[in-house]
Amino acid sequence: MAATPTRLLSSNRAGWAMAAPAVGLILLFIIVPFALAFGFSFTNQRLFSPNPTQWVGTANFQQLLGVSTLTLEPERDASGAVVLDDDGQPKYPRLRSYTRNNPDYPHLQGKQEWFSFGWGDSRVFVLASDVVFMKALRNTFLFVLVVAPLQGGLALLLAVMTNQKLKGINFFRTVYFMPVVVSIVVVSLLWRFIYDGDNGLLNNVLGWLTFGAFEPVDWLGNPSTALPAIIAMSIWQAVGFHMVIWLAGLQSISPTLYEAANIEGASRWQAFRYVTWPGLRNTAVLVLIVITMQAFALFAQIDVMTKGGPVDSTQTMVFQAVERGYRKQDIAAGSVISVVLFLIVLTISLVQGYLTREKK
Amino acid sequence: MTMLTRVSAILLASTCLAGAAAAQAELTFWQHGAGNPWEPRLFGQIVEDFNASQSDWKVTLQQFPQAAYNDSVTAAALSGELPDIIDVDGPLMPNWAWAGYLAPLEITEEELEGFLPGTIGRWQDQIYSVGLWDAAVAMITRKSTLEKYGIRVPTLGEPWTGEEFNAALETMKESGDFEYPLDLGMWDKVEWYPYAFSPFLQSFGGDIVDRSTYQTAEGVLNGDAAIAFGEWWQGLFTDGLVPGTSQDPADGNQAFGFRDGKYAIVWSGNWNGAGVLEAFGDDALFLPAPDFGNGPKIGAASWQFAVSAQSENQQGANAFIRFALQDKYQAMFSDASGLAPATATAAQMTENYKEGAPMAVFYDLSAAQALVRPVTPGYVVQSAVFRKAVSDIADGADVATALDAAVDEIDADIENNQGYGH
Repeated sequence: MAATPTRLLSSNRAGWAMAAPAVGLILLFIIVPFALAFGFSFTNQRLFSPNPTQWVGTANFQQLLGVSTLTLEPERDASGAVVLDDDGQPKYPRLRSYTRNNPDYPHLQGKQEWFSFGWGDSRVFVLASDVVFMKALRNTFLFVLVVAPLQGGLALLLAVMTNQKLKGINFFRTVYFMPVVVSIVVVSLLWRFIYDGDNGLLNNVLGWLTFGAFEPVDWLGNPSTALPAIIAMSIWQAVGFHMVIWLAGLQSISPTLYEAANIEGASRWQAFRYVTWPGLRNTAVLVLIVITMQAFALFAQIDVMTKGGPVDSTQTMVFQAVERGYRKQDIAAGSVISVVLFLIVLTISLVQGYLTREKK
Repeated sequence: MTMLTRVSAILLASTCLAGAAAAQAELTFWQHGAGNPWEPRLFGQIVEDFNASQSDWKVTLQQFPQAAYNDSVTAAALSGELPDIIDVDGPLMPNWAWAGYLAPLEITEEELEGFLPGTIGRWQDQIYSVGLWDAAVAMITRKSTLEKYGIRVPTLGEPWTGEEFNAALETMKESGDFEYPLDLGMWDKVEWYPYAFSPFLQSFGGDIVDRSTYQTAEGVLNGDAAIAFGEWWQGLFTDGLVPGTSQDPADGNQAFGFRDGKYAIVWSGNWNGAGVLEAFGDDALFLPAPDFGNGPKIGAASWQFAVSAQSENQQGANAFIRFALQDKYQAMFSDASGLAPATATAAQMTENYKEGAPMAVFYDLSAAQALVRPVTPGYVVQSAVFRKAVSDIADGADVATALDAAVDEIDADIENNQGYGH
């Protein structure tokens, strides 16, 4: 038994030598920076500053993740009737009177409103220490939840369609793969023009298809359409990459299985359901995990197209990490986000690994 | 024997050549104007002239696109790869000086006598940067447009009041002749936002940070004046008077939208002045900012030259800057770009700024209204926070909440940096 580690470490020099460049690069550019980020997240490290760095413990994490709720009764006038504001909605006391220097609510100090909902007569306010981060967290999850199944499914559809023995099928494969080869920054710039609210291509095409009935939409300037617009563009951009992985999986399935299914009289759907899909199991796990990880790293599209706006509707975790760590020169704040993102992705990968394990 | 002589002669000659090359120190100069039609040409010429004028130093010019420039300098500073001569945007200078990336200039106050105040960058009583020009912004429009809608031409003595300005925008909007009556340049989401829009806030009586101490923004960025500014600002967008944050860069860049007649007025700088004059000639008007109660205000301080503290040839870098400051180069830049030259003597040599010339008015605009952005190392963060606040308000966020959030972030940052050395 003791032979295994010895052989791995000493009698395998050629193997280690060959792995060395990759191991070295991964160590230098992934492991070391992450260890540094982990360390920085417990300090007040700045990008550059003449002040010495101080240890701050978990204060950065508390600042990032702090959430509280506050239930408020509407304001009432002398007769006990609810005071209404200009829009006819019940008026509530200003939150800032609770969250700033109020000795009765020390746990709300510095917090801001994230969202609120009605609860009977009163209203429950959910307050966060870092509202922008909470919105970034929500947007990132929304992005992953929409992109992972849609992009994976669409890529599979394209792969099945381009896996036929037709003349010129390589042309279609190339066309679908093309956006992957173009730099994401260039793609984002082009889509910024496509989504333009006044005379963008998308509005023109939709207007033409509906004979002018379509009202132009300012896709990236409207908080309700900005994130969906970026989701659609992101799915389109990377779908070809996953199509190629699915194609590789499809072509590894033995044709004899399809012949057998044919002889058994299986319909096309049955052949897909009982031959193709089980044969793609491992590919499916790979595609799902890769898409999930890529989706969590959403940055370039945001930076080029919206910078997190309008009104935080496209903030994402990586964009905020860069914005704070680099542009606002607060490396500690950027590091905390990176560490939290790492923990989230790690958890999700472990759960995915468990759910898609080989069941004996 | 002859062979040996020949070899030693060659060796000797090559040593001499190498010696001569070593005596000439190599300096690099980073500049932000790549992709701009005039900066690469003019800076190239100054560098060429400087290299030809002496034999101690040889400067090489490297140009970056403006959008990537500041990030590149930050990265270079961290990895110790800063060039010898750095082009720096005036308001960022205190941050770089505070961090120890810049060396104070050897150029003295006497040498800079007569320079416009906005062209000299000072931090803690030392000169760190100096520029060949200053920028000024104006409400740029056409005489014929104002006459057509019966709008008074404002003067420095009597600028538009806030109400008058709003009414003028409404009139032009109702005419239906323009896509929008006013272009604020919302597409340009970098330093333009605080440079161009914080003067509106200051005219209302607010500010980005309390300049008496530079320790807090409470009360100035979220006080009554700031909230009044925010509500006016939001109204511009909800009333459809101004293109929003998703404005097409093709319409905003170089005032093209205004030149094409899509917008009636453009809030833009003298660097677009030459293009506007070319398009409209005598009909072009460069007007002062509206007065929202606290006087008309515009920003000051543009790009300037500084010397890296990491440079081994600071003397050479200072010599280059001194060389570049000559009146003839100031005039050359002004002619190409429309920016205001730093000295009055250079101004007399220019097409646009000599007495009676069409853009001389920018001098007066600067003198009467200019207010530099907060001179503090924290400005880097304050600028980003202000940018987010005005974007959010333009996009429909609650005014008081957005401004309160901005104050919180600025105050927390100042505290985290132990007051930024004020």
